Amino acid sequence: MSDATLETTLSKPAERSTGQTVPFRGGGFKPEARRGTGIAVFVVLLLITEWGTRSGWIGNLTLPRPSDVGMTLVDLWESGRLWTHLLPSLSRLAVGSLLGVTVGIAVGVIIGLFSYVRAGLVPLVAALFPIPKIALLPLFVIWFGIDEGSKYALIALGTFTPTVVSTYGAVDNVDRTLVRMGQSFGLGWWSIVRKIVLPGALPGILSGLRVSLAIGIILLVAAEMLGAEYGIGAYVLQAGSLYDLERLFAGVVILSALGVLVSWTIGLLEKRMLRWRN
Amino acid sequence: MDLTLNKITHRYSDLPVLQDISLNIPAGEILCIIGPSGCGKSTLLRLIGGLERPDEGEIVQLGAPPEGCLNPLTYVFQDFALLPWRTVEGNVSLVLEDHRLPPGRKEEIIAGVLARTNLSDFRKALPRQLSGGMKQRVAIARALAVNPAVMLLDEPLSALDAQTRELLMDDLLALWMRQPFTGVYVTHNLAEAVRLGHRVVVLSRRPGRVREVITIDTPLNERRAGDPRLDEVQGHLWSLMKEEAVAADQELLNV
Repeated sequence: MSDATLETTLSKPAERSTGQTVPFRGGGFKPEARRGTGIAVFVVLLLITEWGTRSGWIGNLTLPRPSDVGMTLVDLWESGRLWTHLLPSLSRLAVGSLLGVTVGIAVGVIIGLFSYVRAGLVPLVAALFPIPKIALLPLFVIWFGIDEGSKYALIALGTFTPTVVSTYGAVDNVDRTLVRMGQSFGLGWWSIVRKIVLPGALPGILSGLRVSLAIGIILLVAAEMLGAEYGIGAYVLQAGSLYDLERLFAGVVILSALGVLVSWTIGLLEKRMLRWRN
Repeated sequence: MDLTLNKITHRYSDLPVLQDISLNIPAGEILCIIGPSGCGKSTLLRLIGGLERPDEGEIVQLGAPPEGCLNPLTYVFQDFALLPWRTVEGNVSLVLEDHRLPPGRKEEIIAGVLARTNLSDFRKALPRQLSGGMKQRVAIARALAVNPAVMLLDEPLSALDAQTRELLMDDLLALWMRQPFTGVYVTHNLAEAVRLGHRVVVLSRRPGRVREVITIDTPLNERRAGDPRLDEVQGHLWSLMKEEAVAADQELLNV
């Protein structure tokens, strides 16, 4: 017996050389982390622009030189004007989106829980959603004043609608078997909402927040179109009307950085609050 | 506490799913309900526990639930229904939090049921870290925590593999041996029914009617796999169910 097995193991290498290895056909179609690729694309694009503007095949009315934009940013930082523009913008974004998101989550949860409210409010939200909020700015100026009030209102309304939609969607998607389980153990209504519905809806609410806050940043610029002396939006618009491309792009870079920062913060929140997933 | 079902009839829109079901569930006994797929066994269980309302007939509780019972009719679900964001301990605690228990009592109950289901070492684990068998043990621990008068088990082992099912069946038997509970056990697995049931109710295919009620005399602790008496019962059950199962199978194709 042992001889026989020995023989087969010995004869294997010979067989292998005549046979064919099975070709590998799996792999791919699966997103994998590739560190640094994003930054590399960024850097390459910047280098091409820099080279293009220096050598002249990109005209200086088409794009500013990236190094000049960098210099403008450094200048903004050193002169302290960065903060005079950034701080009012940040406070507008914070107050406006906090209002919009809080009310939006509350309304979304209520829509998700009560059929009558759903029937009454979903069409209303659907009607509000596609309105370009920027178009309402003059109206808001009359309603809430030319100062901060109208800016808060614009950002709040802009973040409110997407938050409502994503929140009630998230509530709808909570596993019904968990709700039945809660009922079968005689849990109170409020306990079911607090301990089953809300935690179950949290992933959907947080991913909706990404969209809402990005819209908030877009509207920040719009809000600063009227009656704002300071603010990143005001800075960008001013630069645009003077066709000062360096300053325009410096402002755009700050706005992008703000977007990345917001998205990163939500990512952090998700990591902390949704540790039970994966 | 006994449960009595009086002529239960139930329909989904116009489709009758259960017809004239009358059953008696005495305390301390496990009643198994078997039947072909789609015969309304799970619906019957939902009716018994009050998650749905029967169209006709009534379900009556006779006598008071035992002392210290927090939720007389308590389910164990096929898909476990554990909150993924709560630990093992937290999932058990969930069903106790709404009851005003004296200080320390909650912790005492949790420790007790986790010990009974051999989960003491997994208190802090999240459901996603547990195997299917362990998840169902947590669900059983949660059910035991409210000290139910009747346990309503809805195919509790159907989502598990064969080996885990054997292990959990032994666990359920051991739990019953230690402290007999009243159970309604819905399954499509005949082996589970003859191992765990004092009586086995065979339902016909849709609309579900009681075809036969079989009493198995062998005490639960003497039941072993391969026992000729149990095999005989299982064979009889299969002969009752076979045509129905075939018919139910083909009925689905015609829909």
